[in-house]
Amino acid sequence: MEKSNKMHVLFSLLTGLIFGLGLILAGMANPAKVLAFLDLAGAWDPSLALVMGGAIAISVIPFAMAKKRERSLLGLTIQLPTSRVIDKRLVLGGLAFGIGWGLVGICPAPAFVLLGVGGLKAIIFVVAMLAGMAIYEWLEMIRLKQK
Amino acid sequence: MTIDWNNFTPWASLSGGLVIGLAAAIFILFNGRIAGITGIVSGLIRPRLHDAGWRIAFVLGLILSPFVWGMFWPLPNIQIDASNTLLVVAGLIVGISTRFGSGCTSGHGVCGIARFSPRSIVATLAFMATGFLTVYVVRHMLGA
Repeated sequence: MEKSNKMHVLFSLLTGLIFGLGLILAGMANPAKVLAFLDLAGAWDPSLALVMGGAIAISVIPFAMAKKRERSLLGLTIQLPTSRVIDKRLVLGGLAFGIGWGLVGICPAPAFVLLGVGGLKAIIFVVAMLAGMAIYEWLEMIRLKQK
Repeated sequence: MTIDWNNFTPWASLSGGLVIGLAAAIFILFNGRIAGITGIVSGLIRPRLHDAGWRIAFVLGLILSPFVWGMFWPLPNIQIDASNTLLVVAGLIVGISTRFGSGCTSGHGVCGIARFSPRSIVATLAFMATGFLTVYVVRHMLGA
């Protein structure tokens, strides 16, 4: 594994920050707005459809450029997922994620944006989400042992 | 279908999307990584030496973003209506399922679709479908 240096960590911090500012500007950091977007049968707020559209539009070319390179501009190996298998795990995982997202209007990135400004409720969600990820690791460990 | 024009923020949401896309672009071009929050955070559950620093930094950037925003502009309205019990249930579901499905709104919905990954397109269609359906059931069938 490559050792990451200070520059990589700094770029990571800045990217996280820019990402978070984008979420706030877009309205994604407000769970009530997310739920209003998912509520097709109610008073529908279609704003958030434009978030994904804008984000994809601007990153298509950079991703295509990255695909042709082996090393990033900071000299790190470019790591793009290679799997093309559409299996049960992917589909069921996606379906279940939508249920969790639809129940409260919070997905992983906005959860961290909310951590310092969303009060106790945001902290509860993040702790539960991290516990969920830990449960997954534990289930995987059991599954691999049985093999 | 009724559109809530009063709360419709097309320009802010589009601009926010462009900023998110810019972050994803910077991350893949400079750090060679997908800006998928599930993937970044899950690497911290059982952290490995020399692999945790950049992950912690990214999450820290997200956490600091509202404070940096607040230095320049007033923070927009943030409203979490869900009960604490529901937040625990939803948090657990989101944590387990995003790992099972290898990604969430950022990794699949933005980065994955931008690279035309068939897996990400399927995953995004799946979570969008159940997202709409869940809100329909909760608000219009259970009447919560």
